[in-house]
This record gives sequence, structure tokens and C-alpha cells, in this order.
Amino acid sequence: MIEATSVTGQPGRELVSFRAGDQEYCVDIIAVREIRGWTPCTTLPQSPNYVCGVINLRGAVLPIIDFNARLGRGATQPSARHVIIVTHIGHRLVGLLVDAVSDILTVADGSIQTTPDVACDTVKSFVRGILAVGERMISLVSLDRIVPDLELEAA
Amino acid sequence: MDTLEDIKATFFQECQELLADLESGLLTLEAGAGDSEVVNAVFRAVHSIKGGAGAFGLDRLVAFAHVFETTLDEFRAGRLDANPVVLRIMLRAADILTDLVADAQGAGEADEVSAEQLRLELQGLISGPTPCSAAPSPPEETDTMGFVPLQVCIEAPPQPTGWRITITPTAEMYGKANDIVPLLRELERLGPCATTLNASGLPALDDLEPEAAYLSWAIELNVGCPREAVAEVFDFVEDDCVLAIEPLAVSAAAPQPAAVDIDIEAFLASALSAATPAQAELTNPPPQPAPKVATAQEPTRELSVVPQSIRVDLERVDKLIDLVGELVINQAMLAQRVAESGFVRSSAVAVGLDDLEQLTREIQDSVMAIRAQPVKSVFQRMPRLVREIAAATGKRVRLVTEGEGTEVDKTVIEQLTDPITHMIRNAVDHGLESTATRLERGKPEEGTVRLAAFHRSGRIVIEVGDDGGGINRERVREIAIDKGLISADAVLTEEETDNLLFLPGFSTAATVSNISGRGVGMDVVKRSIQSLGGRISISSMPGKGSTFTMSLPLTLAVLDGMVVTVGEQTLVAPLTSIIETLQPKANEVRQLGPTQRVLAVRGSYVPLLDTGLILGWRTEPADPLLGVCLLVESDGGRAALLVDAIQGQRQVVIKSLEANYRQVPGIAAATILGDGRVALILDVDAAIALQTLPAFPTPLALAS
Repeated sequence: MIEATSVTGQPGRELVSFRAGDQEYCVDIIAVREIRGWTPCTTLPQSPNYVCGVINLRGAVLPIIDFNARLGRGATQPSARHVIIVTHIGHRLVGLLVDAVSDILTVADGSIQTTPDVACDTVKSFVRGILAVGERMISLVSLDRIVPDLELEAA
Repeated sequence: MDTLEDIKATFFQECQELLADLESGLLTLEAGAGDSEVVNAVFRAVHSIKGGAGAFGLDRLVAFAHVFETTLDEFRAGRLDANPVVLRIMLRAADILTDLVADAQGAGEADEVSAEQLRLELQGLISGPTPCSAAPSPPEETDTMGFVPLQVCIEAPPQPTGWRITITPTAEMYGKANDIVPLLRELERLGPCATTLNASGLPALDDLEPEAAYLSWAIELNVGCPREAVAEVFDFVEDDCVLAIEPLAVSAAAPQPAAVDIDIEAFLASALSAATPAQAELTNPPPQPAPKVATAQEPTRELSVVPQSIRVDLERVDKLIDLVGELVINQAMLAQRVAESGFVRSSAVAVGLDDLEQLTREIQDSVMAIRAQPVKSVFQRMPRLVREIAAATGKRVRLVTEGEGTEVDKTVIEQLTDPITHMIRNAVDHGLESTATRLERGKPEEGTVRLAAFHRSGRIVIEVGDDGGGINRERVREIAIDKGLISADAVLTEEETDNLLFLPGFSTAATVSNISGRGVGMDVVKRSIQSLGGRISISSMPGKGSTFTMSLPLTLAVLDGMVVTVGEQTLVAPLTSIIETLQPKANEVRQLGPTQRVLAVRGSYVPLLDTGLILGWRTEPADPLLGVCLLVESDGGRAALLVDAIQGQRQVVIKSLEANYRQVPGIAAATILGDGRVALILDVDAAIALQTLPAFPTPLALAS
């Protein structure tokens, strides 16, 4: 039996869905600040493989996370067609490198299903639920876990 | 926050400044360098605190400040000598006053007993009232609590409805730095005034004596106050002017209390800050008119030296700094675009752009200067600390400070106090030997603690040194073994042993005193410094003393950097840390050990480090002959950093990596270059440390 209980929020909330690798994901539209095209990153030394580097977002230094790599699904080879979703995570701004943004979905809370138990730990810590939209399966991503070691100071 | 709270906050801010003035003034006097100006400044500080405290009904503060002020007044009048005993009491009184202010602010606890004791000591300094002919002796000497609302009642005589005052100052009066304006202003505080200037005595310009006095004023004061109240205004000038005070008319009105708040300084201060404390004052019992006696001559000086300053919310300044940073980057980008579009140097566009660049840079410098502050504000608190610890440990300690004027961003300054306090505490408590031991070792009885600040490599360096016994390395080792921090057979260098002090839970004091042993170890100091992007190191000479050196970034300051290429990346190296750049020749590069290389620079060998390797941007060492070496000075000596090419020198705006990401080893911060790309700013010391990091033994890795 599957029950939609794990996600709280307003009924009829809006989600931004995007593609990374061959899968579809979505995040709450509230967390998305803007969507922009790919620009080359400045790579950071001593950083995890899923951190592409940093770019200049109108004067702010924005770290870019390769979303696919973060989920352990291999590094993305970024091209001009890739996009960066600039998101608020806590007090920080973080860019997510994804293949493309698909659309904006309005879904009722009841239509979000809990993540099935088959998923591995990595996926389970990011995927908060699953949406069925027609033939497509879209994973609802919780952003606060995407960059778990942000708080870890290098001290 | 309501208005009163607002004003109160301003008052406490002012208190901090006044307390700092007070202490530095007293210290100047203690050093025997003070003149009457300093004494006045000290007096003014205490008086202003008292005035403000009275307005807010902070009774304990007022009571103490009052006694302090009375003593200072005696001092000012020359009836009390500036001998060391007196000054020591005054310095301690200043400490208590600081505590009381903190207490009133809710930020600390004042020690009631010592406050009371010191009050008695202060009173003891005044050996009976000595009448002085020049100024009426302050009547409050009998009333130590002060600030009881005093209602002066005039008895039988009928009350005039006002006074006509004519005043003709002599040149003498101006010569004593008095001015008519404050007097008039003060009269206005008594009641509505109609003032007429009589300039009939003014000669033709040719005959005008520049320093003579020609003017006189006639003032009609339309308020039924006692004559004394009016006369009091002129107390300090009456000998130097022709003064006449006549009643306007006589009425049988009931006697009016002299409820005049003549706390001029507080009033002036409030008037100057354009706030509304006057209202606040009126709601409180007005202070005795008596203190005015002491201050009547102040306003003139106040007015002439008041530095024009405003208080601005730091957030606004931060915003401005950010925006100017953007402006600088934008300007650089624009310049690059213009250069790319092939305009000639002499074209109007290029020339205009040059002007813009100049302007931008000036704006940036000015804006940065707003927030930069000398470390003095932190250093100033240390003499008191040293006095207290010296007293508690029975040692004689002299604190020497250097580089108080070294400027650093305000945000850094705020973070400096705790680490410095702790290190000073350590230096006096643990660093210096007891007086007996010092004498035994043939050292001067008085120990010296040195606190210095200076700029190096685009960072601020703070040194806290003592001339004590140095670190007892055997003892340190024993303790570390006892506490299981290192194994008994660990082989440590002297430096590594010293660094054990930074391990959590380490304390070398045989007995935990209440001075250093406050549950905060050097590890906490180290952590707090590291969280600021700083570093701390120790150097110690047995028998000669030890020095703690911490270096911190001047956050948000702009940086003069050398823009270099490493691999495909652009990197900025702080110009201040670069001694020179050189192109290595084949015979200068030598292999040392399996992988290390050294570079011969005019006869001395320095380690040659591949920047690309250190930062993990390449896996194979680059050929030094194809690159350029930056000879840098770091905490650990000189080193040559190998880069691929030098692009040029540029002033860059420091952008925090921590804001959206986190600290990156070997990297100080980021910046945005003319092409809009992010470039990383190399942290030279950290990058060199990175190279040697894996060699650290485990306990030290734990500590770092």
C-alpha cells in the first residue's frame, strides 16, 4: 500500500521538473531562484567530484553541483545546452547542473507517493517522493541533503 | 525598538568610546605625559557618562560616576596630585565604571563590593573640601549619592517675571577659550530669550584689532527664575566681562522651583546627535545644578573640536561595499570589452573609461576606509586585563603595545578581542615567571608582555609575546603523555611539541588558576582563529620567552594581486607575499629527495613547489623551465611557487567562498576578473602547508 504522507505542504504546490541523465526530477519552485545557461566553471581544488566549481552570478560566487554526479550516476560533460538551476539552500545559493528543465507542474499533495523501499541510501536521502505524470516518473528532490557537507568546515 | 531604547543604545555606544577615552587619558597621565587637556578629557568622559546615565535613571552608575567625577574635579582643579597612588585608584575606578556600564547594559555583572570599596577610596582622596576663590566649591561633596532631585525654593522675595542681561565680553574672556554662543544657548534653556547684538562698538575695518572684543549683547530672558540661576550661567566668565543682570519687572508670582536641567554636555551631545534625549531627560529627575559648576566652561571647547561624525548602521556600509565591489568588477569588464572592440587608446571612449577607472578606484578606497578601523579599540582593553591579572598573580607586568594604528576591517576587529584576551592572559599567567623566579634568574623584576599588530602579506598579524621562561617542553611532553594525547615513545620536534599546546583539553599550569583556567584552552583560540581564516603559531626560546603569532585576513579588503595562469585556470596571488618573480634556468633547479625540488636563488636554496600539483589541477609535475616562479615569503620561510605564466597585476575584490560554499584548503577567497570569470585567490601560507600536510604526525593532525 502506498500512501502520500511523507510530504507536507499546500495542496496544489508548484514544482519545477528537470532532466538529469536519463531521469526526471523536480524541486519546489519556491527554492528556485533562476535558471540560466551553462557557463564554464572555475574548478576548486580539494573538492568532491560532484562539485564542478564556481561561477560568477552577478558578483556572487556560486558553487555548481553536478546533479547527476551527486546522485552517484556519473559526471555530466557540460555543454552549451546544459542548464544551471540556481537554488536557495538554507542561506546559500547553489547552482545545480542538469540536462534541461522540462516544465512546471502543479500537483496536489495527495499525488506524491513515498519513495519505494528499493532505493539505495544515496537516492533515499535525496528523493522525498515520486510523482506519476502520465507515463513519466518524476522524483521529488529534497535540496537540503544535496550538499550535505556544506557545513563541514575545512578547519 | 522605541525611541527611548534607541537613544539608550546610542548612549551605550557613546559610553564605550568615552570609557576608552577615559582609560587612555588616565594611562597617559600615568605615564606622566598628560597636560590639562588630558585631564579635561578624562573629566569630560566621566561627566558625560554620568549625565547620560542620569537621564536613563541608571542610579548605580550615576552614583559611582558622581563620586569619580568629584574626585576628578579636585584633580582638575590642581588640589589633588597626579601621583601613582591616585592614578592607580582612578584606573581601577575606570574599570569599575566600565563594569557598571556593562551591568546597566545587561551585558555583565558589576561587583558591588569592590565598587563600594573604590567609592570610599575615591572619597578618601579628597581630604576635606578646600574652598577655592575662582570657582565655588562643589556642594555635592557632602552628598555622595548625588542626583537627588534638588528643588531650590526661593522664599519670600517677589519673583521677577524675567531678567535683562547685558554682557560685554573682554578680550580676556575669548582668550580663555570661552565663547558667547554656549552662554546664550544655556540662557535659552532657562527660558525664552530675546537677544540683541550691540555692534556699535565695532571700529572700522582698518582700526580693527583682530583679537580685541568689541561686541556686546542684551538678552531679555522672559522667565521667572531666580537670579542665581541666571548668574550661574556666567560663573566662569564673570571676571572677564561686564555683566549686568536686572529684573525685567516684578510680579508676586509664587516661587518657582529651579527645575533646570543644566547638564550641558549631555544636552549638547544629544543635540548634536540630533536625537531627542532632551525629552527623556525631562521625564527624569533633573540632576543637581551643582555639576554644572564644573562644566560651564566645557561647551566652548567641545564645540570647537567636535569631530563631524555620524553613526551608520553597519549593514548599510556592508551593502555599499558590496555594490562598489560590483562597480569595480563591472568597470573592469567594460574596459576589457572596449579594448576588445578595437578602440584606439586616444579615442574619447578609452579616455573616458580611464577616468572612470580612476574614479572607481577612489570610490573603492574611500568606501573601504569607512569600515577599516585601527586595532586600537581592541588593544585599549588590554591594559586593564594585564593590571587585573598582574594583581591576581602578584606579578609586576608592563604591557607594551605596537602598531595600534594598524587598520583592519571592522568585522575582523570584533573577532580579535577574545583570542587576544586569552593569549594575554596566558602570557601573564603562564608565560611570565613569578617575581622571585625572575630575580633569581637575573631578569628585571617587571615582566614585559608585548602586543603588536602589523600588516604582512595582505594579512594582519598579531603577536603576543612575553619575556618569561619560554615553553617548558619537557613538561608539555609529560602532560601530553599523561593525558594520552601522544604515545610515550613519540618523537616530536620542538615545534611539534609546542604545537601540543593547541590540542583540546591541554593545560600546562600546574594548578588551574581562575585566570587562565576558565575552561577555555588554546585549542579554542586556535579554532576561533581558524574559523576566521586565520592561523596561529608559537615560537619559544627557553629562558627568553615565547611569542604567539596569529595572522588573519583583512576580510573584504581589496587585494593587489598578481594574476597568473596555472594549467587552464587563472589564479591570483597576493602581491604582498611575493618577493620577486623569476624564470628558472636549468642549472638552478635541483632535485632533493625522491620528489622534492629546490631552486637556487642567489646562492640559497628554497623549496620549489608546483602550484598546479598542490591544488590538484594537474597530476604530473610541470617543467619548471617552461614556467615562472613566484618567490614568496610565508610563515614557514621562503618558497618558490611554480606557475605557468604571469598575466599581470591587478587590484581585485575579494569574494567570499564561504558565503555559498565553504573554505577551500590552499585558497583564501575568490574574485571576479575582467572577463566575468571567477578566479581563486591563493592563500600562500596555506598552500605551502598543504604541501607538507601529510607529513604531520597524527596528534597534530587532530589539533588542526
